[in-house]
Amino acid sequence: MSRKPILQLLLTNDKASRWLFIVMGVLGVLVPILNLAVPADSAFHVPTYMVTLIGKYLCFAMLALALDLIWGYCGILSLGHGAFFALGGYAMGMYLMRQIGDRGVYGNPVLPDFMVFLNWQELPWYWYGFDNFGFALLMVFLAPGLLAFLFGWLAFRSRVTGVYLSIITQALTYALMLAFFRNDMGFGGNNGLTDFKDILGFDLQADSTRVSLFVITLLCLAGAYILCQYITRSKAGRVLISIRDAESRTRFIGYKVEHYKLFVFVVSSLIAGLAGALYVPQIGIINPSEFNPLNSIEIVIWVAIGGRGTLYGAIIGAILVNYAKTTFTSGVFAEYWLFILGALFVITTIYLPRGVVGILDGYRARKKADQAAATPVPQTAGGK
Amino acid sequence: MVETKVQSILYLNGVTKSFDGFKAINNLSLDIRPGELRAIIGPNGAGKSTMMDIITGKTKPDEGEVKFRDVIDLTKHDEAEIANMGIGRKFQKPTVIESLSVWENLELALAGHRNVFQTLFFKLDKAQIERIEEILLLIGLQERRAEQARNLSHGQKQWLEIGMLIIQDPELLLVDEPAAGMTDYETMETAKLLKSISENHSVIVVEHDMDFIRALDTKVTVLHEGSVLAEGTLDVVSSNPRVIEVYLGR
Repeated sequence: MSRKPILQLLLTNDKASRWLFIVMGVLGVLVPILNLAVPADSAFHVPTYMVTLIGKYLCFAMLALALDLIWGYCGILSLGHGAFFALGGYAMGMYLMRQIGDRGVYGNPVLPDFMVFLNWQELPWYWYGFDNFGFALLMVFLAPGLLAFLFGWLAFRSRVTGVYLSIITQALTYALMLAFFRNDMGFGGNNGLTDFKDILGFDLQADSTRVSLFVITLLCLAGAYILCQYITRSKAGRVLISIRDAESRTRFIGYKVEHYKLFVFVVSSLIAGLAGALYVPQIGIINPSEFNPLNSIEIVIWVAIGGRGTLYGAIIGAILVNYAKTTFTSGVFAEYWLFILGALFVITTIYLPRGVVGILDGYRARKKADQAAATPVPQTAGGK
Repeated sequence: MVETKVQSILYLNGVTKSFDGFKAINNLSLDIRPGELRAIIGPNGAGKSTMMDIITGKTKPDEGEVKFRDVIDLTKHDEAEIANMGIGRKFQKPTVIESLSVWENLELALAGHRNVFQTLFFKLDKAQIERIEEILLLIGLQERRAEQARNLSHGQKQWLEIGMLIIQDPELLLVDEPAAGMTDYETMETAKLLKSISENHSVIVVEHDMDFIRALDTKVTVLHEGSVLAEGTLDVVSSNPRVIEVYLGR
């Protein structure tokens, strides 16, 4: 109802968003300084691998944000969102492959290593243009966006909803995984794309490049968050909630439900694609396992644990679960990680339907209630 | 709002719809005049809900004509298009958007733009705010405007839903069992509300509650096994022996 710009609204009225921006701001300033300006032997030095690790978490946070937009606000449970992430990643990976030039193992100036290995004579047509960063960037959005548009147009128009939709999203990402595993698809098959050298002329191994990628990821996450906030706070956002809560009612009020679903599904796929594109140069590889349906299910778990339908909950969930994953998969618990993850999901679903964010909200509500109770009411002395 | 040129706001002729061989609607004909308030009664399974589904585009009839304002063929349009033409529907079970406030529910239903990009940049203007206030007053929920709809009582939800219908400015309102589950007081208030709405709109009410029908004091159509059994004032139809046999006598 307010006419204030969205950013101002987020910074003044919304405590959670304000905290989120403060934390992101601190990270964005502190991490580069502690990595680049503080000497490596200092206790305050942040090693480059850590910068990249946090950068990876931020990419996952963005992916979780994309899923929360459709699942939390519109009730579309996609179990194949990893596909959009991977497509964005592949588009970026193809650009990075072209940047290698003749520095590959085989030294072929035109063909990437895996094509030489397969005895290919010329570059497939769909690799044209990826020498150009602008074109690659366009494809980062176009590939997932177009797939989401086609898939969504068919699925939503046929009124496929609920668990059926979830199953076909799962099938979609599985089919893509099988396709990308094939060598003759021309995307590096099983090994995917790797051995990247530089991006826009900057060495990918250099600390300064790593830190820059980290900061860009942080900025993109903030931008995606603001975009999602804008959408969910607009009247269109209330239409989405209305679709989630009472789809046929929404139709009878006169809204074309399939248009809204398609819109938000495409926006979500674009955010997921961007997250994938930021992930690849930091991690240094993209392969078909990113299409694995299990990855997509993990995204749902991040969002559920963080707190569905809050946006910031998705970010918190993604970072928490992935931090736990890093910690547990490198120690004695490594073998049990999947059990831990499964247990976390079950516990959250049963005891914390609103996720970690729900605990914080509950705490805040209790504190408020306590304060209200502590304030003496003049007439009825004492009260309850 | 209602053009005098229009003969029938809603005209059904020979409509038939079967599900797996069972004829839910069988050669049904119905003619609603502009500004009319019509009550429709009938035992369970008489085809009332299927009739509503056909009018609002949820179900397509196997045969027969369904015309809105004499010329528009409703069988060729989907729910959203029909809603935007000016046919509003209230469900039997109150369906309001539970996690939105009373105000937001009304804002959503407010007549006007429905496409994604218009709603993305939508701001309420002064006239629209006044319109919402007006409806809040009519349905008696001014005090509860900021309340989430899930916290309303059953009767209040029904009223909110009726409010959401009126604010769409439909020419024809379809109201499915508005008095179901209401207290006697709420039932009479609802009858009053519908009568006042019917001054500016055509209204079709499906109802079981005879006291409610009596309070509406209007023409009644009795449905049975998918077709019209009798039509007339409540006194006329309730003295019809066939009607007594299939419905009232039970």
